[in-house]
Amino acid sequence: MVTIEIDGVYYQVKTETSLLSACLALGLDLPYFCWHPALGSVGACRQCAVIQYHNAEDKQGRLVMACMTPVADGMRVSIDADQAKQFRAENIELLMINHPHDCPVCEEGGECHLQDMTVMTGHTVRRYRGRKRTHKNQYLGPFINHEMNRCIACYRCVRFYNDYAGGSDLQTLGINNNVYFGRFKDGALENEFSGNLVEVCPTGVFTDKTFSDHYARKWDLQTAPSVCVHCSLGCNIAPGERYSELRRVINRYNGEVNGYFLCDRGRFGYGFVNSPERILKPVIKGQTEITTEAADHHFRELLKSDRPVIGIGSPRASLEANFALRTLVGEENFFPGLDPTEHVLLEAINGILRSGGIHSPSLREVEQADAVLILGEDVTNSAPRLALSLRQAVRNAAFELAGTLHIPSWQDAAVRNLGKQLRSPLFIAGVCSTRLDDVAARSYWGSPDDIARLGFAIAYHLDNQAPEPGDLTDADHALAAMIADNLRSAKRPLVVSGTSCASLAVIQAAFNVAKALPSKDRQLTFTVPESNSMGLAIIGGRRLQQAFEWVHEGLSDTVVILENDLYRRAQEQEVDAFLQAAAHVLVIDCLDNKTTQQAELLLPAATFAESEGTLVSNEGRAQRYFPVYPPPENVRGSWQWLSAAAEGSKWRHCDALTSACAETFADLEAITRAAPDANFRINGMKIPRQPHRYSGRTAMLANINVSEPQQPLDPETPFAFSMEGATANVLSALEPVIWAPGWNSNQSINKFQDDIGGHLQGGDYGVRLFEAAGSGDWFNNIPQAFKPDQGIWHLVLLQHIFGSEELSLRSPPLAERALAPCAMLNPEDAGTLAVISGDLVEIKSLNGKTMVSLPVRIEPSLPAGLLGITAGLPETLQVNKLDRVTLKKTGHTTGEQS
Amino acid sequence: MDKWDKPLTKNIRSERAFATLTDYRKTGGYQGMRKAITELRPKEVQQWVKDAGLRGRGGAGFSTGLKWSLVPMGYNGATDAHQTRYLVANADEMEPGAFKDRLLLEQDPHQLLEGMIIAAYAIQANIAYIFMRGEYHLAAKRVENALQEARTEGYLGKHILQSDFNLEIYLHTSAGRYICGEETALINALEGKRANPRAKPPFTVVSGLWGKPTVVNNVETLCNVPHILQNGVEWYRGLGRGSDTGTKLFGASGRLKYPGLWELPMGTPIREIIEEHAGGMRDGYKLRGLLPGGASTGFLLPEHLDVLMDYDAVAKAGSRLGTGTMIILDDKTCPVRMLLNIEEFFAQESCGWCTPCRDGLPWTVTLLRDIIAGRGRIEDLDTLAGLTRMLGPGNTFCALAPGAMEPLQGALKFFREDFEQYIPGKLAAGGED
Repeated sequence: MVTIEIDGVYYQVKTETSLLSACLALGLDLPYFCWHPALGSVGACRQCAVIQYHNAEDKQGRLVMACMTPVADGMRVSIDADQAKQFRAENIELLMINHPHDCPVCEEGGECHLQDMTVMTGHTVRRYRGRKRTHKNQYLGPFINHEMNRCIACYRCVRFYNDYAGGSDLQTLGINNNVYFGRFKDGALENEFSGNLVEVCPTGVFTDKTFSDHYARKWDLQTAPSVCVHCSLGCNIAPGERYSELRRVINRYNGEVNGYFLCDRGRFGYGFVNSPERILKPVIKGQTEITTEAADHHFRELLKSDRPVIGIGSPRASLEANFALRTLVGEENFFPGLDPTEHVLLEAINGILRSGGIHSPSLREVEQADAVLILGEDVTNSAPRLALSLRQAVRNAAFELAGTLHIPSWQDAAVRNLGKQLRSPLFIAGVCSTRLDDVAARSYWGSPDDIARLGFAIAYHLDNQAPEPGDLTDADHALAAMIADNLRSAKRPLVVSGTSCASLAVIQAAFNVAKALPSKDRQLTFTVPESNSMGLAIIGGRRLQQAFEWVHEGLSDTVVILENDLYRRAQEQEVDAFLQAAAHVLVIDCLDNKTTQQAELLLPAATFAESEGTLVSNEGRAQRYFPVYPPPENVRGSWQWLSAAAEGSKWRHCDALTSACAETFADLEAITRAAPDANFRINGMKIPRQPHRYSGRTAMLANINVSEPQQPLDPETPFAFSMEGATANVLSALEPVIWAPGWNSNQSINKFQDDIGGHLQGGDYGVRLFEAAGSGDWFNNIPQAFKPDQGIWHLVLLQHIFGSEELSLRSPPLAERALAPCAMLNPEDAGTLAVISGDLVEIKSLNGKTMVSLPVRIEPSLPAGLLGITAGLPETLQVNKLDRVTLKKTGHTTGEQS
Repeated sequence: MDKWDKPLTKNIRSERAFATLTDYRKTGGYQGMRKAITELRPKEVQQWVKDAGLRGRGGAGFSTGLKWSLVPMGYNGATDAHQTRYLVANADEMEPGAFKDRLLLEQDPHQLLEGMIIAAYAIQANIAYIFMRGEYHLAAKRVENALQEARTEGYLGKHILQSDFNLEIYLHTSAGRYICGEETALINALEGKRANPRAKPPFTVVSGLWGKPTVVNNVETLCNVPHILQNGVEWYRGLGRGSDTGTKLFGASGRLKYPGLWELPMGTPIREIIEEHAGGMRDGYKLRGLLPGGASTGFLLPEHLDVLMDYDAVAKAGSRLGTGTMIILDDKTCPVRMLLNIEEFFAQESCGWCTPCRDGLPWTVTLLRDIIAGRGRIEDLDTLAGLTRMLGPGNTFCALAPGAMEPLQGALKFFREDFEQYIPGKLAAGGED
């Protein structure tokens, strides 16, 4: 800590920080544009000017940019000096010269950093009388609007997009006051994190196009703390609602998890909530819609079966809903409802995390890793936000070098100019090339078995106690030894793996590597498929195939399926047979799908936006999501349907289920602490979901009835569907809307952190369920090297950020960006089959059944003998469960011929 | 024969196109290099140049030897031999009114190469670049040719003069922007990035090209170096007339009898340059003011004619020596229109990185155009004066905008009536362009 004097007041501030960061951490108001807490300082906008005095006698001082000035003990500065204030006001005047002042029609209005800073500096009257420079806007795809006239050239967009997120198709073009931030030509922004431009841009150049379609001002949105449901990372989100429609999702800061950024799937994948395919009424097959009471009754009747009722849970349903189902049908009759391979993998991962003795890192910890091995996972597509963190981790070598030259890490441009290609080592072993290859020290492409073998070999080279794979080539040995050397010398090495390869050996190899690492700060993280896969793994249960057997054997005839489209879990004919054999099928879900279509009783489930529940992220962090707005009439949270069905249920409230679940599972003991319960009050008040400027409440339904209806009550959470309630002393992590006086934009987050870019005051959201314990044994089951079979292809599923995840694919903007189904082949294999890109090939199972015909895409990095299919696309679900297939050329398409 | 030595231009003769390698060697060429490499240690070369008092000829006037001595010769445990360092010759001459480096590049390219070899030896750089203005086609051709000759002669390559010193020099012609003359923007351009300046610290001598210690020297600066080594520090110090040492290429443009470029001792009085070498003002024109070091330096007035052209004396008079190539304002040219011309250049050449420069310079242009078009208001002059302060040193990211404001600041002070007469209500009386 050092002591600095700001306008005559002495403050203790952290060393190694910029003056701007220090001022903001102290809660002082100092305007800025080009600086961003995650992007560091570059000194471009000149907005954070203050006066720095040479010594105690110096009355004059000199103007310095706070963002570029390191704090130093005894430093004396003034924010309020007239000279500094005048400079800042005139600087705003300059950068507003070409700004269109179109705030009333600008979607940034009301949460615009430029508005806030303009007001803060006091610039009110413009003297410029000339014409304004104007730009043409570009089409940037389904996610982002482009309105370049509003640009104030702070350069944050390109710094985020290129420097931070590794993008390349958004550039600074032009020169002088004609600088232009856009693409070389119109087209969708390619980077998976483009949506952050909406929040990174301090004004309305980049705005959320999905929000435009049903826009509302920030102050008119009702919001509650929530958690993204589109992958296993559990990024914190702030969804906004108006008129019972989910309008948008923005980032909600969590210092341990997502920090300032989300991926595009998380941000733009919310459309399924508003989908016309939502199930909105309980339905009994053949009787069309029924009342909720009738549905409850029917449900209870079904449960009276004299045989065990099968309960199939879901990795996208909350702990509470899964637990309620498990309790309702009995522990013995509960099935997590997973694909058999995935079931095995999740059990293995759960076992390793619980008793492997290796720390499972948060994303913040991932960013501190100084050497990384990714084994069998394309994280950009399977857990995108993790890829963004890994991109930051590789910078640690450059930060270290900068430190030796006394260049502070927040001097972003200086560190990047110094570091150049110097990166902490990142090694990627995957089935084919990934978006992180550009920052990887080495990428290896092989079959899942070969990836696992490489992992086992690395572990062996790190520690000779580990089992050694037989028959390794010299090249593989050399590669493994090189990777092992890099990992061995790292202080905070990290191993990343996951379920994408559908290979237990890969997961076990990842553990062996982590176990073999000498560093005490070694870390191991697994990505898992869905938002609550980890939670479900902890709850556990029987294999899905067993449920099929029970029904076919007559042991059971009633099935309750919770938020699970079984056609994504098993072969089509298996599921068909199962659902037909079961006398009674009850499905609770939010969206129409092939499983719901076969339900005898279909109960409409609320989505994450309309209900509450707890999810466990891949890290092992339990986080609660809260309803943003009440579900439509007749729609209930899944747990409520299950609770209503349980005779004499003691779970009148969700909290009771949370508590019961915590009591049942030792590993879930902490989930009650993930967020406060419904009894939580601040000065006797609930926390309002609506901002104090929420407008039109008395009038918004006046076209229907001039009497203002009572605000819906929320007995389940500490939040109120109201503007009234506690606004002071709310824990930062529970703030539905981030806002501070004078700071209407998301930049107000500075006021809610314990340090800039640090943790939220009072702690980050969620609770870690377990820490590293035990010390697992080496895994010894090393697969044989992969050898392509003549005429037979091994199917590998490739994750894609847009398309592989079930719910987001039901959101039109994301569906627009989804990959068209294709059969990815190595060029050599394509040659064997005499196909070129675009030709159709027929995929057949080994017993000769034709599954689907797909156009070929040549993927040079994919090893020979493998057939890559994008995971999760409805068109190819039927081949996803196949292991090995044959291929036959069937014709040409009119499509791409490259 | 003139009464002073002209080391920089001694090989430049009107009777031949340019000095070939043979011509260059005939007058002692590559002897300075030989002395440095075979007789002196790198640190000693640095000391010689420091002692000689050579200051950067690009305009900033920083001690060249001192700059070299700031290059870390091995840090972070790395031995000297493993530390990559770079030398860059800044041949991106784009200052309006300046054409001095062009002469040196076109007429005596080996002089630059010898200077670079010595400089690279002094900082132990094994790779050097010449970053040349893209429009200097002839210079590029001759320098490229000279580089080939130097390689053939063994002045470049491995084991130069049988020493352990290796050096390769690459010529890079710029895609062309004024800001590329700023050393950090030059480095970005050389790396293939946008030519935006970099923040300092870190200085280029610590982290420059490709993040490595880098010295960027102006062409003329480097051309001085062989002569210091060849003729000695004392000789060099004796060349100057004022407080600065050596000779300098001084230029003068405007309505003079003989506008041109001359190698003169540092500290030659302005009057002598204008009256003796440029032959004074053309008939019918009177001197009204001058920008002593190019378009980005402040106005001096006729009363300053006896100021010596060296760094400190010009600074004391309220301007900057800059490139030493002065632009003359005569009594029949409207200073407001001259300023508009200048500011249009700078507004166009702003890299667009920092707010005051990017948005302040176009506003300056708008105001000047409005004034000239008779749409000006008297308070616009205050706005312009305000902009000269707003875009002043320390407020902007680099020196481009402050440089652009220097002539405007003086013009508003010295020629205010010329501005006022455009303002409606006053008689519009623009002078000859």
